[in-house]
Order: sequence, then structure tokens, then C-alpha cells
Amino acid sequence: MRALRRKIDFLPYAFLSPALIATLLVVLVPIVEAASYSMMHYILWKPKAKAFVLFQNYSDMLGDPIFWIALKNTIIWIAGVVALQLLLGFFTAMLLNQDFPLRGIVRSLILIPWVTPSVITALMWRWMYDGNSGVINDLLVRLGILKQFFPFLADSNTALGSIMVALMWQGFPFFAIMILAGLQAIPEELYEAAIVDGANAVQSFFRITLPMLVPVLLTSILLRIIWVANSLDIIYIMTEGGPGYSTYTLPLYSYLKAYKNMDFGYASALAIVISLLLAVVVAVYVMRAVKSEDRL
Amino acid sequence: MKAKRSFWRRFFVIDIPVALILVFALGPYVWSFITAITPNEALDAGGVRYFPENPTMVNFVGLFKNIDFLKNMKDSLIVSTATMVVGICISVSAAYSFSRYKFRGRNFFLIQFLAINMFPIVLILIPLFVIVSRLRLMDSYFALIIAYSTFTIPFSVWMMTGFFNAIPRELDEAAEVDGCSQLSGLVRVVLPVAMPGISATGIYTFITAWNEFLYAVMLTNKNVRTIPVALQNMVGEYKIDWGLLNAGGVVSAIPVIVLFFFIQRQLISGMTSGAVKG
Repeated sequence: MRALRRKIDFLPYAFLSPALIATLLVVLVPIVEAASYSMMHYILWKPKAKAFVLFQNYSDMLGDPIFWIALKNTIIWIAGVVALQLLLGFFTAMLLNQDFPLRGIVRSLILIPWVTPSVITALMWRWMYDGNSGVINDLLVRLGILKQFFPFLADSNTALGSIMVALMWQGFPFFAIMILAGLQAIPEELYEAAIVDGANAVQSFFRITLPMLVPVLLTSILLRIIWVANSLDIIYIMTEGGPGYSTYTLPLYSYLKAYKNMDFGYASALAIVISLLLAVVVAVYVMRAVKSEDRL
Repeated sequence: MKAKRSFWRRFFVIDIPVALILVFALGPYVWSFITAITPNEALDAGGVRYFPENPTMVNFVGLFKNIDFLKNMKDSLIVSTATMVVGICISVSAAYSFSRYKFRGRNFFLIQFLAINMFPIVLILIPLFVIVSRLRLMDSYFALIIAYSTFTIPFSVWMMTGFFNAIPRELDEAAEVDGCSQLSGLVRVVLPVAMPGISATGIYTFITAWNEFLYAVMLTNKNVRTIPVALQNMVGEYKIDWGLLNAGGVVSAIPVIVLFFFIQRQLISGMTSGAVKG
């Protein structure tokens, strides 16, 4: 009997093991390696100069002006893109929650940007922003907003903002869908009771809709911060960080250091710093999930 | 009178904004398509044409005459399919375990899968480059399949646990009463019922692998070149063939858009279920 029980206890771990071992090998082992590279002088094409330098890379960062520019851009990038996606996504969700003809089809079509590969998003928008044949320039001139064509991606004042709009396009459907699900979960009786109490539409929005949406808004914002921080491919393809360093974010900086300069030591140190900064967001997200997830 | 006013109200408050959002969401694709069918001479001449004279399919034809692009599609197809199959096979039993058993460390392991999915790409990419070259797998399908499993496995475990949880336990119990063992209960009862959720999860991992760029550009070169890398390579230093590039973009986005339409309902319910209640 005892033997049987031990066997049953063992089963869930056996079921778990393939996925657990796989993630151990492909995720946890690399992370430990990255942590060790971050304490090395490690440039791939200079294998002989490879040496442990402890926290040298990290202290170099403090005196590296590009690091500080990239950090500032990262904050602007995350705050700006998440805010833009949230606002447009909220607006879209409120509309999709109404009754109108072809609603199902409209809802599906709006999701298309979300599944669009980042490379294609970046190239399509780069073409639309083009300074000679760009449709965005043409429309703005026709509307009288611009006097003449403007090279949005080649000007350090507009480059980052222009890429943010492209990423808003790709990401707003996620917010729309999450918030729509939140709206549909609000019981109709609440609104009926509010009407009986004489509340108008604005009051019910601020007293019922918004408070009921807080959990779903928080969860989506936390998820999006992580996703937006990691969206470096779109910047890489649209400007490669330029002009100057005006569109450098920390993940992009780390990527370019590794990919172009093959400086794996410094790139890893940057990656560790990014991870530590984002760990706060991940921790809040996980803590909320522990409380509310029925999976847990 | 009132009906008339509410018609206009609806028109301005709902119909027009919905139309504007649709234009914003689909506009880039429409513009991409217009560019793709514009003759090259017209594109070279500069300026903006909304209705190109002499529309042409030359760019689309050129894409498929181009042996390289067909090879790129094949590479993308192989990598994405393999990523999906490997991801599902490795994850399905873990999801079953999380859904059906209470055991010591269960929540710790499940949270671990949730959190792993959130590590920055650059943190994993750099050491993975070293590991892949150490294993002499550089520029092979395996390199990308390994790289993509870093996010497909945790994602699949998390999603499928949710889908399995939605299946009533009475079903397993009934199977057990009928003499099914635990394992055959999983294979014969739970898996078939969970099939829509499992396929939605799998197809979504296929889509993310199809779309992925950063790992692909770092870990592959001439032997294996997926579509995103190929498109980026079409961008020359001084001249970009925008007609061909836009044709390539539209053609490679269509499969994932079609696939996504099949799974969107399942996927969205899986993604929102936890978030809404919180």
C-alpha cells in the first residue's frame, strides 16, 4: 500500500519533467552563463583577451554616456508606447462593446496588426514615413498640417516618436481585446441599478466601468511594459538606433553591442541591468497572478 | 424625430470612429498592396500615387520566380512547424500535471513557467549564441528550434493548463471507473476534449516562430534564412526595391493572418480568463 502511494506521488513530477528539463537547459543555463559573461572582458573575435574582470563592465556603464541616453530613451519609449496603446485600445474596446452591424468581422479585422510580424510592421511604416514617397507625408501636406515633406525617421527630434506610433499600431489590439473582455464581465445589473438611482452615463462610467476595469487594466499594462521593453526589432529595422543615438533603448544597445561589436561581456552586463529593472514589473505581475489566477 | 436624431448620434459616436479605427488598422496593408502593384518606373519617379496607372503583378510574380524566396518560405515553414510540434509535445504532459494533480512545489513550478516567459530576449540570446556555436549547430534548423523553445514551452504550459482546467474532472473520474489508467485517461479522454485549446496554443507558437527576427538574424546565415531575415536583407545600403519588398511583406503576412482567424476565439479566452477576474 505504501509503495503504491509513493508511486502516485511520483507521477505528477514525471509528467512535469520534460518541460522542466527543457526550460532548465534552454533558459536557466543560458541565464547563468550570461551572468558570468557580464563579469568578463569577452569580445568574441579576441578569445585570447577573455578574462574575469568582476564588476568592471558595470562600472564602465556608469561612465558611458550612451548608456544614460539609452536609459532615458527606454523610459520614454515604454511610457509613451504603453500610454498610446492603452488609450487607443480603451477607445476601441468601448466601441466594440456597442452594438453595430458587422461587429464580429470588425473585431477580427482590428486584430490584424497584432499578428503582423515586427519586421513587416517596421518596413511598412518605414516606407510610409519615407521622406520622398511617403504616404504619411503626402496626407499631412494635403491636410495642410505640413508645408513640405519631412524625413520623420532621419530627424533626431521625431525619430523615436515616429517609431512609437508604429508600435502603437501593432500593439493596441491587445489592449482592446483585454479591455473588451473586462467590459463584458461587468454585470448588467450594476448599470441598471445606477440608472434607477438617477446616475447619468458619465457617472456610471467613472463609478462603475472604470473601477471594475482596474484589475484587467493593471494586468495588461504590466504585460505590455515587458513586451514593449523587449520590442527592439522594430527600432533596429526602422532606424538602427539612429540618427545619432536618438532611438537607442537599453535592449537595443545590448543587442547592437553583441551583434555588431561582438562585445559579449558588456552586452551581457547591459542585459543583466535590463533584467533587474524589469524584474520589479515581473514581480508585481507574478504577485497579482498568484492572488487572482485560478490556474494557481 | 427622436429616431432620426439617434440615427445621427449613432453615426457620429459609433459608426465614424469604428470606420476610422478600421482605416488605421488596415491602412498600412492597403498601402503596402498599392505599392506592390505599382510599376517600378513609377516608384522610381518618386511622389505618391493612390491609384497607380497600369497596375502590375510583376512584383508578386518576381517573388515566386525568385528561388531564394521560395527557399525562405520553406525554411520558415520547417522551423515554425518543428517549433510548434516540439513545444506541444514537451509541454502537454506538464500542463496535464498542473491541471490534475496537487503536489509539493506545484505553484512554484507553475510560477516559474510564467516568469521565464518574461525574461528579456537579449539576456538569453547572447549565451545561446555561444552555446549553439559550441554545439556546432550554428546556421541550422536546430539552432532556431532550440531558441524558439525558450518562449514556446513556458507559453504552451501556461495556456494549456488553463484549457485543461476548463475540462471537468468528472470526465477523468468516469474514465477511471471504466478501467482507464491515468495515462490512457489523458490520451483517450482529456486530450481529445482539449484539442481545440491545444491546437490554438500550437498555432500561436507557429505564428510567433514564423514572425521571429532577432534570434534568426543572430543564429542563422546562408544555410537557413527565414522570411523576416530575408525581407530585412532586401533593404540595401543605398537603394531599396520597395515594390518587391511590399509584395514580400503582404505574401508572408497572409498565412499567419489566416491561421490567426481560426484560433482567435480560443486564444483570447485563454489569455483573458485569468486577467478579467483578478
